[in-house]
Amino acid sequence: MGADTVTKPATRTTAQARRAIPPLLLHLGAAIIALVLVVALTLATDPFTNLRIATVGYYVLALAGLAVLTGMGGQISLGHGAFLFIGAYTVGLLVIHAPSLPIWADLIAAAVAGGIAGLLTGAAAARLHGPYLAGATLALAVGLPAITQRFPDFLGGSNGLSFTVNSEPAGLAVPSTRWQAWLVWLTVLIALVLLANIARGRLGRRMRSVRDDEVAASLAGIHVGRTKIVAFLISAACGGLAGGLQAFLLGTAAPGSFTPALSLSLLAALVLGGIGSLWGALWGALALVYFQAWAEDVSDALQLPTPVANNLPLALYGVILIVITFVAPHGIQGGLRRLGALAHRTRGGNR
Amino acid sequence: MDRFLDLTLNGISSGAVYAALGLSLVIIYRATRVVNFAQPALALVAVYLAYAVNKATGNYWLAFAVALGAGVVMGAVVERVLIRPVQRKSELSAIIVTLGLLLVLQALVGMIWSNEPHAFPYAFDFRGRFSTNDAFAVGLVVVTASALLLLFKVTPIGLKMRASAFRPDVARLLGVRVGLMLTLGWALAAFVGSIAGMIATAPFLYPNVLDGVFVYALTAAVIGGLDNPIGTIIGGFVLGVGLSYVSGYLGPELVTMAALAILVVVLAVRPNGLFGTTIARRV
Amino acid sequence: MRRSIRLGTVLAAGTLVLAACGGAGETGGGGGGKPASGANATAGVTDTSVVIGTHQPLTGPAAPGYSKISVGAKAVYSYINDAGGINGRKIDYRVEDDGYNPAKTVEVVKKLVLQDKVFAIVGGLGTPTHSKVIDYLNTEGVPDLLVSSGALMWDDPVKHPMTFGFQVDYTREGKIQGKYIKDNFGGKKVGDFFQNDDVGRDAQAGLDQFIKDQTVSRQGYDTANTDVGPQISALKSSGAEVVVCSCIPAFAALMILTAAKLGYHPQFVISSIGADPATLSGLLTQFAKQAGSTVDGNALLNGIIGTGYLPGVGMADDPWTTFFKKIHDKYIPGEAFTDTLVFGMAQAYTFAQALKLAGRDLTRQKVVDAMASGQIAGPGLIPFGFSKDSHSGYTGALVFKLDGKGKETVLRQPQVTDRGTGAVTAATGQRQTPDQVALVSG
Repeated sequence: MGADTVTKPATRTTAQARRAIPPLLLHLGAAIIALVLVVALTLATDPFTNLRIATVGYYVLALAGLAVLTGMGGQISLGHGAFLFIGAYTVGLLVIHAPSLPIWADLIAAAVAGGIAGLLTGAAAARLHGPYLAGATLALAVGLPAITQRFPDFLGGSNGLSFTVNSEPAGLAVPSTRWQAWLVWLTVLIALVLLANIARGRLGRRMRSVRDDEVAASLAGIHVGRTKIVAFLISAACGGLAGGLQAFLLGTAAPGSFTPALSLSLLAALVLGGIGSLWGALWGALALVYFQAWAEDVSDALQLPTPVANNLPLALYGVILIVITFVAPHGIQGGLRRLGALAHRTRGGNR
Repeated sequence: MDRFLDLTLNGISSGAVYAALGLSLVIIYRATRVVNFAQPALALVAVYLAYAVNKATGNYWLAFAVALGAGVVMGAVVERVLIRPVQRKSELSAIIVTLGLLLVLQALVGMIWSNEPHAFPYAFDFRGRFSTNDAFAVGLVVVTASALLLLFKVTPIGLKMRASAFRPDVARLLGVRVGLMLTLGWALAAFVGSIAGMIATAPFLYPNVLDGVFVYALTAAVIGGLDNPIGTIIGGFVLGVGLSYVSGYLGPELVTMAALAILVVVLAVRPNGLFGTTIARRV
Repeated sequence: MRRSIRLGTVLAAGTLVLAACGGAGETGGGGGGKPASGANATAGVTDTSVVIGTHQPLTGPAAPGYSKISVGAKAVYSYINDAGGINGRKIDYRVEDDGYNPAKTVEVVKKLVLQDKVFAIVGGLGTPTHSKVIDYLNTEGVPDLLVSSGALMWDDPVKHPMTFGFQVDYTREGKIQGKYIKDNFGGKKVGDFFQNDDVGRDAQAGLDQFIKDQTVSRQGYDTANTDVGPQISALKSSGAEVVVCSCIPAFAALMILTAAKLGYHPQFVISSIGADPATLSGLLTQFAKQAGSTVDGNALLNGIIGTGYLPGVGMADDPWTTFFKKIHDKYIPGEAFTDTLVFGMAQAYTFAQALKLAGRDLTRQKVVDAMASGQIAGPGLIPFGFSKDSHSGYTGALVFKLDGKGKETVLRQPQVTDRGTGAVTAATGQRQTPDQVALVSG
């Protein structure tokens, strides 16, 4: 999962050791370990915690996709929720209208649909910079879900779609949320392995050089526009798949779940987690799911007057965003790295 | 024809709001290269303060003045305390700080005044196809915008502000207090934002009341060109009228999609907005 | 890149093997893991308490108008608990904020069921939201009582045996409005102003049975867009003399003000979800007062026709209104006493009745049986439709007119009807007073 090598490897020996193993195997090994951990964790926890673990899973994927676009590619998108919207509706429509398709086919379709949307968005947005791109993508997040109102019979209007996804193999007697957590994380980890490889590969290098300096990149023979479009495509495919997983998990696809607030909070969570690496996506997803839960518990426990209690979680989230930007501008992952480097230096000094 | 006129007038009133809030975004963008997502929240706080003052004293114009004053103070404070420390770090840091501020302020007004709607008055009689109040709103926006343009183009302080925004190093060498100019830019922007809030909010006030307005204001600014105040004003009115036609002739559910379509078409032809210059491009 | 794609294919094939258990949309193929409802028959129940939960929009764009319902409900539960609870059990009421986001609704309802182990979900709010958890609650055997929405889907005892409605459904209400208009404004041009979802659609199905030929214009609104100028101007130019508003209070108020702006003065007929006189007059007269002498708030309200099924705050003499006012004054004196608050209070009181009927030896099935027993005659002005074959809430409405101060005068006594094409008839049966129901002695 260690994707974007912004900082130098800790020591020469680990660097050499890393280089000795092909990155693909390294990532695959990490993914298998992660999957084992997730399965162990779900076995040790109750069904509702399983649901939360699964929720973290699809947010990790959504944020990882955004990390490719914004962290690696330098394109700021305020419309990532639109791709989740597309993925969720793809799965919902397929479950309802093509019930014989297995869930993995639905999920692949969600990723493809998201990718196509990303391709189109990327093509339209390739010439845009900074705030223009931000404004255009925000308009996408606001405008796209309204399509459900235009086709209320097919897309369910503002009520959206409601469905039950059957995926559990016969004879597997585990609580449904546990099975769902497994399937979500399996899918997410496969996608992350692909992303991590892309990040370390030629495409990742191209994206970073486009981000750092477009002119230099194009002088070096990199097709800037095409690279940006590919970044959008990959990012949106992840978003579509994440939305599809959400639909699979919750059995719903409705416009009210894909408001601009979702897109903004995804970006905020990514920055909170650390934008430069895929690890940041994990911290961001954990923050999205668990911070809110914690804030709600706090406001319940404090016995505050209703208007204060209702609004406290939002206020706390806002404060955390501001504080993190001030004290740890590279997010939680950046903070952890700095701590790690510090520890290493101290150890080195002692030696 | 009657209906066409109704829709046009309706669009002009909405357009004035988009133009005003868009203008406040542009002033900040020109000054500090930051898109201020907290702009609607700053305006919201100003309007809630006006609501409280109006309720306590019954004096609308005192309330209006309080809103504008609060806007100036909040704009300056936010720039000094929150934006300046992170502005040089990255474009994203500033965006995230303003997003965080948006959440905090919206939650704060909800805590104090609850999430339920409150009645909020118009400045003048609102009755009529193009009422006194509509005329006031449009007039106020046009006058404010013109005054700002004059300030930027003609006065020494405007020159200093522009210099600080575009060439801070040179400006500093010439003895301009760049920091002060940037703060002034934010204060001015929040002032204009408060005006937008005051004319956008009536008749009902609740914490999310300016969310939709903000999206269209940003759209207007992007259409017009984020560094071009005149372009943004034109963009605001064009968008207001255009969306009013879409809502009236094609259906209200298409309004947000129409805004997206307009944006895509404009940016496909002019990536920096209709009247934007390529200076906006920061590679 | 190419290698990683090949790898992805291999891994995807692995998933295929794992999950290849048939179509995702097919039912019945799934494995076990479903808890038998018997095991959870008494979830959330102890000797001294019973835990119930609800999902409400407390924050976000849908919060204005709805965030006070649970406040009213909480006051009634406090009143009941202070008097010793029901059958010796105090009611522990957990409110979860879903922000009107269906994905969040699924999450918080699963939290209530799996983590808080609630006995029942009571008054879950909203069609887009609650429709996403109705299957889950029924599969898990969780009583899903008194849903806060007028959609038709709550009344389906075969498919959803645990779910019961509360509000009069939009179609029944539309029929009663349609008949009243046909009888009293026959031949006049009618326009519709409706919320662009099932509220508008279902209401139209009812209205059309009576006044289809009179209807000259239909204008929908989207809750995200508060600019209703284009719609109202279309109604005006269509020449509609009567405008039916199937809408929530905020949009009813916007419609009234926008019409006043355009100099358009049709007869407004507002459905129960929007015709909350306290909220409307709160918004409109407060608005008028602040706007100085330019607007007469009373004139804005005066003459509006509404439909309703609960004793509103506009019926100060109703014994239930006085009863709820007493609870309000004791427990939540700081809140404005509105129909929204009364909605939550009436709902809570109705649930408490079912709980009492279910007896001391409480199980989930018993409370569902109590609901279907036909013995619940809640605070409403109309009988419930609850029986073995119907889970429909209030079965009709009365028609009233507002004066300038928000006081209601009954124009037509309670009417009942079905959701199909049956006739609209006068309601029969005796309505119980709070003293007769007397859940607790307090």
